[in-house]
Amino acid sequence: MKITSITGGGLMLGFSWFSAEAKTPVVTNATAFAGNLDFNSYLSISTDGLITLYSPNPELGQNILTSFPMIVAEELDADWSKVKILQAVLDTKRFDRQLTGGSGAVPHSWKLLRNAGATARYMLIQAAAKRWNVPADECTASDSFVIHSKTGKKLGYGELADDAAKIAVPTEVKWKDRKDFKLIGKEVRNVANKDIVTGKGLFGMDFYREGMVFAMIQRPEAFGTKIKSVDAAAAKAMPGIIDVVTFKNNVAVVGKSTWEVMKARKVLKIEYEKDGDLESTADHNKIFLSLLDDGKTTVRRKEGDVEAAFKNAAKIIKSDYQCPFLSHSPMEPMNFFAHVRPDGVELIGPSQTPGSARQATSKLLGIPEDKITLQLTRLGGGFGRRLKFDYVTEAAELSSIIKAPVKLIWSREDDMTGGSYRPAVRYRFEAALDASNNLVGYKLRGAGINSGNPCREDNFPAGAVDNLLIDSVEHTSPITTGAWRAPITNFLAFAEQAFIDEVAHAAGKDPVTFRLELLEKAKAKPAGAVKYDIDRTIGVIKLVAEKSGWGTKKGIAQGFSVYFAHRSYVAQVCEVAMKGGKPVVKKVYAAVDCGQVVNLSGAKQQVRGGITDGMGHAMYGKLSFKDGAAEQKNFNSYRLIRMKEIAEIEPYFVDNGIEPTGLGEPALPPTGGALANAIFKASGKRVRNQPFMEEDVFKTPAGKIPASKLKGEKKA
Amino acid sequence: MAIYNLKINGKEYKADVASDTPLLWVLRDHLGLVGTKYGCGIAQCGACTVHLNGVAVRSCVLPVSSVQASKVTTIEGLSEKGDHPLQLAWDEVDVPQCGYCQSGQIMTAASLLKQNPKPTYDQIDGTMHGNICRCGAYHRIREAVKLASTKI
Repeated sequence: MKITSITGGGLMLGFSWFSAEAKTPVVTNATAFAGNLDFNSYLSISTDGLITLYSPNPELGQNILTSFPMIVAEELDADWSKVKILQAVLDTKRFDRQLTGGSGAVPHSWKLLRNAGATARYMLIQAAAKRWNVPADECTASDSFVIHSKTGKKLGYGELADDAAKIAVPTEVKWKDRKDFKLIGKEVRNVANKDIVTGKGLFGMDFYREGMVFAMIQRPEAFGTKIKSVDAAAAKAMPGIIDVVTFKNNVAVVGKSTWEVMKARKVLKIEYEKDGDLESTADHNKIFLSLLDDGKTTVRRKEGDVEAAFKNAAKIIKSDYQCPFLSHSPMEPMNFFAHVRPDGVELIGPSQTPGSARQATSKLLGIPEDKITLQLTRLGGGFGRRLKFDYVTEAAELSSIIKAPVKLIWSREDDMTGGSYRPAVRYRFEAALDASNNLVGYKLRGAGINSGNPCREDNFPAGAVDNLLIDSVEHTSPITTGAWRAPITNFLAFAEQAFIDEVAHAAGKDPVTFRLELLEKAKAKPAGAVKYDIDRTIGVIKLVAEKSGWGTKKGIAQGFSVYFAHRSYVAQVCEVAMKGGKPVVKKVYAAVDCGQVVNLSGAKQQVRGGITDGMGHAMYGKLSFKDGAAEQKNFNSYRLIRMKEIAEIEPYFVDNGIEPTGLGEPALPPTGGALANAIFKASGKRVRNQPFMEEDVFKTPAGKIPASKLKGEKKA
Repeated sequence: MAIYNLKINGKEYKADVASDTPLLWVLRDHLGLVGTKYGCGIAQCGACTVHLNGVAVRSCVLPVSSVQASKVTTIEGLSEKGDHPLQLAWDEVDVPQCGYCQSGQIMTAASLLKQNPKPTYDQIDGTMHGNICRCGAYHRIREAVKLASTKI
């Protein structure tokens, strides 16, 4: 371990990450202060009072880099301006779940982080009390000082650090009361702001090393094809090109600069041949209908007797909902640096799953993991794409072939056409109402392309409907798919919430009232397991109804949705106005229950960002296929939401103080439903397929809606 | 290949590159100025925005041979101490999420404020519409541009 000494001494606290209740931390009284990545401790306090914390999880904009240290600093009663945060390298001995996905970082580590801070504070107080020869309970801590309340004596953490390191580590520590929080729940600025706004090289794309080579890979343009022949003569002859290497279905151009490699790629002559079905979107559309009608389904959940319920129904509502494939399109395209040497492998770059990436590299090259290091750069967006590590093992494989350090980058076209998409799915919903307009039967069938189970069968209204059948059917395609922000629910939530709106409408009920009644039924007389928290659901519904003035506004159309995803609850009201015969989104109110909010500024970012993400993709997102190849290759044809298209967004947070339940994804799923329901209210037309911009209501100017239709319905 | 003399951020640089090399790649691969980012390569996303004589251009489609004697400003040269009103506003409003698009956003905004020091929200939206933020930090980008305009 390399140790750099700036000042001697200090307190270093190492934590075992491997337990939900943080057990005995390990303290070393070594002479060191960290500034380098070899530092083997999570929290250190140097004798000059500077506190260094490591953030273990990959940072992709969810701002875990700020919120993790905030939690520690809160319990530590640290002066936040004296806290320095460093990105931890991959270190599976010291950290677990060193990944970013599933909105899980804060929930997973909440207890551990609080214990870390509280433990260090305890030891500092004990050290001060000892030095002053006073009882510890006469001492308090605040802003990196321990204060003896009776005499007003105080000592800074820096001065106490050495002594604190000699205190016996407590096995149990007390946490602060919520009402005493100084940092948690407040708006704290992103610790990386200054570096970002001055253009520092933070991202994988920004990694450069003397002697490294640049590479890009030409992959098959169409899914379902493989290489037949490669003529690289012209490419190899281009200026700056070192080599052209073929491995698996990859033709890698290696050169001295990005532009030279880009130019050489264009003169590669590669022939491909069929290695599977070459599918077009037109084929998918046919496949969906055939699967929904005749496919061999897997039952996901069954309650009561749907046959009877539908046979005896007074009213039946039926609708299909369909979504296209989507690319993740983080602004930073895929890239990774790899240097495979005889003595080991060095990997540097952006990954949401550094542990799995290293494991896969180890397996691929037959090199043991302890000979492989992985340094995480900041990620220019993830959205689930960087949960996969294909672009890491590619770089490693290439480096081992050419025996050189290589930075492998993907062009935007590579990134957009390279697979791992949000799967395309079509849902068929059916609802049965009895003579009193009660929802007595519910059917949902999901037909997905490489989607796994495209249903979330335990979501509401399951548990609230006595007769229910949810099943699914899948088509296997050469087109590759993967987790996309709020996997499956990113579209399913829209479909479910828009359909429930259709049912409420058919029942002649206010959409909010309709859901609240079903939730009460799930509470009073559950129809099978209820795997969502009814009170938390009702909580966000009522909050958003209140904040949005649901049902009371004239001249603006409101649509509602509520969803439980990734442990948190979000309800939204979207407001739409008609302009020039087309719906225009004006505003979204969001009520969020994610438990204790850590960084209020970051939380608002996730809500606005998640809703903008959901809205943009619902309105514009489309990846279509022709003979196996993606038809959209860059942002000129793949449309992402931009500045003039966003809606005003007002986030509200339920303040219940329960342990954090996550916020990276939950704001996104309800967005499409609230928007679609508002569009219906404004125009009288349903949107059932994404992207909405291709639905009738955006193409043909709607007729004038009578003023009476825009008046509020019965209040919830 | 030829040697190009470039004036960037008030300094003289030399780059020995092919004439059609986009300024973006000259900055990043040859001159160590990595603040200017690659997002699309076809001037659709704005991540590569720099100033040519104070005016925003997309460097991914600007061949180095056409730069000539123009003064180039990149994010690194927008201010000496990172204290341009936009950079300060970006921190005060707490704009960035992943941060990758932000250099381009700031450079586009800086050029707007040079030409129009007191833009309306509509004018801000109209100009910033050319810059994509995949994380959706648009609301704060807009606020920060407005805030900076009050300090200029």
